[in-house]
Amino acid sequence: MSFLTLADVSKSFGHLHAVADLNLSVEKGEFVSLLGPSGCGKTTTLQMIAGFVETTSGRIVLDGRDITNTKPNQRGLGIVFQSYALFPHMTVAQNVRFGLEMRRIGKAESDARVREALSLVHLDTLADRFPRELSGGQRQRVALARAIVIAPPVLLLDEPMSNLDAKLREEMQFELRAIQRRIGTTTIMVTHDQSEALSISDRVVVMEAGRITQVDTPYRAYERPENRFVSQFIGKANLFSGTVVSTDDARIHVDLGADRIEVGRGPHLLPGNVPSVGDAVTVCIRPEKVRLDAAGGGRLPATVTSRFFLGSQWLYRVDCQLGEVLICCQNEGDEPVDEGETVGIDWKSEAVRFVARDARHG
Amino acid sequence: MANATLEAGAARTTDHRPPRDPLRAPWRAYVPMWLLGAPALVLFAALVLAPLAMTLVLTFYRFDPSVGPIAAFQFGNYVNVLSSPYYQTIFLRTFGIAAITTALCVAIGAPEAYVLSKMRDPWRSSCLLVILAPLLVSVVVRAFGWSMLLGTAGIVNQAFAAIGLGPYKLEYTTFAIVIALVHVMLPFMVIPVWTALQKLDPQTEQAALSLMASPATTLRRIVLPQVMPGVLSGSLMVFGLSASAFAIPGLLGGRRLKVAATAVYDQFLGSLNWPLGATIALLLLAANLIIMLTYYRMLERRYGRSMG
Repeated sequence: MSFLTLADVSKSFGHLHAVADLNLSVEKGEFVSLLGPSGCGKTTTLQMIAGFVETTSGRIVLDGRDITNTKPNQRGLGIVFQSYALFPHMTVAQNVRFGLEMRRIGKAESDARVREALSLVHLDTLADRFPRELSGGQRQRVALARAIVIAPPVLLLDEPMSNLDAKLREEMQFELRAIQRRIGTTTIMVTHDQSEALSISDRVVVMEAGRITQVDTPYRAYERPENRFVSQFIGKANLFSGTVVSTDDARIHVDLGADRIEVGRGPHLLPGNVPSVGDAVTVCIRPEKVRLDAAGGGRLPATVTSRFFLGSQWLYRVDCQLGEVLICCQNEGDEPVDEGETVGIDWKSEAVRFVARDARHG
Repeated sequence: MANATLEAGAARTTDHRPPRDPLRAPWRAYVPMWLLGAPALVLFAALVLAPLAMTLVLTFYRFDPSVGPIAAFQFGNYVNVLSSPYYQTIFLRTFGIAAITTALCVAIGAPEAYVLSKMRDPWRSSCLLVILAPLLVSVVVRAFGWSMLLGTAGIVNQAFAAIGLGPYKLEYTTFAIVIALVHVMLPFMVIPVWTALQKLDPQTEQAALSLMASPATTLRRIVLPQVMPGVLSGSLMVFGLSASAFAIPGLLGGRRLKVAATAVYDQFLGSLNWPLGATIALLLLAANLIIMLTYYRMLERRYGRSMG
């Protein structure tokens, strides 16, 4: 039995099914991200775990205890809100202490625990400040300290980084993960930022329109997207639709109309996922797995239509027989390819993946 | 870089004017502001400051029943008012009524505003209209409404009679004044508290609940302190307006139950003792200011740093 289980959980607002038949098991100590575009039901799911939204049907079980109908103030979960929701009339220390006061924990012990939580988020020196005297990043740390000081069984994070600027967000991601590792609290984070989900979670739960589309480790979700939606939502993808024409021991040949493409049987092609001849499929190649050769050669000739400099990388858009292809190259200090130049593009056939189980692809 | 420094140095040697504060705009920039503010300034000076100054001067005059006010500079009027048990009672009653009215308005208005903030729209607008309604009705009509309700043969006493009680004397009592004042002052409490509630992050309530606070504790420890600035400004308005209220105490207090404002009226238009009336009026103003400023300071110190 998992530590936290959501079994067939649904939530409807009138005719709108915000979350439909959601099943999820979270192990103790795990860091799970609910990832999806806005309106996919991820926040509603978190709110149901927190108890602020009642489930329409289904059960939520925490550590063997059914908490589906437990009031939010009886669940004892730690929550970091998107707006941080600090108590503006209390100092940092009072904010952090509040949860301990509600649990009627003695003064000496709460003093120690507040101090410990504040030092964990590096705010020891700001204990007597009021929230409005803090920066956005500091407020976020207070919110985190307030949620973990009560040693909750589960920590829920609702888009915790969305109000931070890019640099601070990256720092906080590392720190959040480090803190979570140290205290070992089971954590569920809601985010719409795929890079955030990939970088800090043990598993990502990709959601679309109230349903889970894929639950996997970040690496596998990226390398083996189960459908078109996941492949495009997590990272960038070049997608091509076609029909399987033949298969052999090493590769599967797909007719894309304009050209053929082979899908190599690599470690990421699961045995159960191999389509048979005649199947309509969608294949995906990640931009960083396409090689661009300025001297020409490779599989296909192509023309560079536009390029974007990202610092560590160059992002090219090229036109070839298959249509538009996105290529991501490491910036190795060489002269970049100019727009309008003709180049050759190449890829390993093992880098091509099926994202065939896509319902919208007929 | 070096070039720029040289040029700056050259500019400094040719410019002999004293250095100006770069943050301060030239006086011409303020002309439009003064012009825009002028109508209000003229109105304020002519209709508030000038009469106030004249009233202040009047308080030092001597009064002779056969002659009227005589120009003088003496503090006899102040001594008379402050040492007379009659006026002491009136002042105590005035501020007592104002304090009770304020307390009742907080007790009724703050929860009302909270309920209002939780309502959805068709209901919220209609309830807001009900709260504002007393302000839309003339004070005379409202006072007579209360008289009809509270009179010896009024509806309230009829109801008491039906269960074998009374009749009670309800009209021309402090009770009647307070109840009518609360009725009309309530919007002045509800609106600022409601505004404060609008600014409250609803997630702070959820945060408190998630930390295992009961709904009642959440209300007391989290919501109430955050709306205190609204309660504070509401109480200041209600207290000030109640302490200087004239029509309601005049109409519902009757001839004998005097408050400061009706006492001033009596001196000016009954006894024609303008200097004494002016003295009571100024003492009322001063006492009101002192009480309100003390109250404000007290709560400001408590909530100023956290709530801004």
